[in-house]
Amino acid sequence: MRQRAGRGATRREGLREGPGGGSGEGSGGGSGRGGAGGEGHRPGLYAAVAAGGFRRYATYGTATAAGVFTNTVFGFIVAYTYIALWDERPGLGGYDQAQALTFVWVSQAMLAAASLLGGGFQEEVQERIRTGDIAVDLYRPADLQLWWLAADLGRAAFQLLGRGAVPLLAGALAFRLALPADPARWLLFAVSVVLALTVSFAVRYLLGLAAFWLMDGAGINMMAAVVTIFFSGMLLPLTVFPGGFGELVRLLPWSAMLQVPLDVLLGTHAGAGGAARALAFQAGWALVLLGAGRLVQSAATRKVVIQGG
Amino acid sequence: MADPLISLDGIEKVFDVRRRVGLMRREKRQVRAVDGISFEVARGEVVGYIGPNGAGKSTTIKMLTGILTPSGGRLRVAGIDPARERMRLAHRIGVVFGQRTTLWWDLPLKDSYGLMRRMYRIPPARFEQNMERCVEQLDLAALLDVPVRQLSLGQRMRGDIAAALLHDPEVLYLDEPTIGLDVVSKARVRAFLRQLNEELGTTVLLTTHDLQDIEQLCERVMVIDHGRLMYDGALGGLHAMGEGERTLVVDLERELAPVEVPGARVVKVEGARQWLAFPAGESAAPLVAEVAGRYPLLDLSVREPDIEDVIARMYAGRG
Repeated sequence: MRQRAGRGATRREGLREGPGGGSGEGSGGGSGRGGAGGEGHRPGLYAAVAAGGFRRYATYGTATAAGVFTNTVFGFIVAYTYIALWDERPGLGGYDQAQALTFVWVSQAMLAAASLLGGGFQEEVQERIRTGDIAVDLYRPADLQLWWLAADLGRAAFQLLGRGAVPLLAGALAFRLALPADPARWLLFAVSVVLALTVSFAVRYLLGLAAFWLMDGAGINMMAAVVTIFFSGMLLPLTVFPGGFGELVRLLPWSAMLQVPLDVLLGTHAGAGGAARALAFQAGWALVLLGAGRLVQSAATRKVVIQGG
Repeated sequence: MADPLISLDGIEKVFDVRRRVGLMRREKRQVRAVDGISFEVARGEVVGYIGPNGAGKSTTIKMLTGILTPSGGRLRVAGIDPARERMRLAHRIGVVFGQRTTLWWDLPLKDSYGLMRRMYRIPPARFEQNMERCVEQLDLAALLDVPVRQLSLGQRMRGDIAAALLHDPEVLYLDEPTIGLDVVSKARVRAFLRQLNEELGTTVLLTTHDLQDIEQLCERVMVIDHGRLMYDGALGGLHAMGEGERTLVVDLERELAPVEVPGARVVKVEGARQWLAFPAGESAAPLVAEVAGRYPLLDLSVREPDIEDVIARMYAGRG
């Protein structure tokens, strides 16, 4: 489901002006621009942006209902697949069957929020870059990355509630799940989910900005979706993969988007130290990727032609 | 000019455009979108910035907002170098791109204004006051609760103009503010801009393809083509420069052969009505007297030259 939002209604291809229309790439010279300096620490503004992101998605009731239905149906399909698998190989990936089913239903609840299959904001950013609407975002006295982060977390908050709650409830009613009773565990899980959403944002921000050079994001979006479905643990928990390959996939940033929060919820990390390590792993990736996003952002805004007249 | 609000001195913008030629090879070509432009705009002026597509108008505006860095030359807006201090400048300028919107597409119009209040840190009392003025003068009251995606183009444009003005910018850049609007909406936007300039003294720099915008709003006009400033001065001077002609339209009592008067020639005859062209610099009075004296005249009117023609002639003259 793709929601086209935040775009100008009145784009006119015929009136494009300036060089670089279509496949143009250009380079400007000289000085950099004022970055976040002094404009970054404005919780009120970014809270309002996040609230707007939440309400924006809340206006699409039909789309949300369709998404809930899809997630629930999908959850049942994967749940029966996992039952077959765990009947054959009990304890696969270190999970018992109830834990494996919990993995399925919590994954379904997080899928839309963490934009594991795409969606979210990066297509919107790409479209705005392609059409030149990004110019409007750039002249505002606000930081581009923080702006989109706030908007995307607002969207994710809505989708956790709107898209996540019902499928999880359906799963909990239909199957025996291993949801923890300990409130501290849920609190850790909540923190882990926020970090997962941030890592997901940071990766998609890089994909979005790629449009400054590629002009069309469809190809890399499709690649990104395939990579994310597998490497996040969406297809199968990453703990089932043995040896060096298993080690590797558990270290990549995608595991911070789904696998790690689920392990935090299921308590598969030994003790408090284990959970802290898991959160630190997510926070580390979030910082590295957000930093990379800032670098790409400053390169993009310095170098690139803003499309259109 | 004692204290220009905007000053450009030899501003250039060169783009490298890479084009694919053949399978692997790429050809690099330089395009001088803006090629050494100098001008100053004083506080309180309303200046039209016109020229054909691709002339460099929007590139100039983007450099004036700081989102594009000039390749050469010196640029100051309110004493600020836009590209270096884009954020600081943003608090002092307002921008409306006619083909784009700054409004929150899926949310009610008023939500976008709440966001502007936070973004520009507008004091509550000032915000209330500015909202009241914009809502009244741009007739937005009935639109505030409507999601932006449901607004008509003219309504959205009024909404965008209000959004650009809530933080009391000293200068307002308008890039094609009347594009695609119907006659009524255009008139409303123009009336508002005139009022804004008269009451608050806001400086306005306007690009447009609609020459009525210029005729009704701007005392000064700049014409740009191929990145160069071709003309900078009063609207009237542009006519003279393009060697424009005015037209005397006469309604006679009956159909007659084309009238013959010195200093004018008949360009069109339609029944009893005839169109006489004469040089824009000449007075119409002797011509009127001549026609009235020698022909059975019922009514007459004088039409100013079409600026579009004037500009086209100007380009042709240089081309």
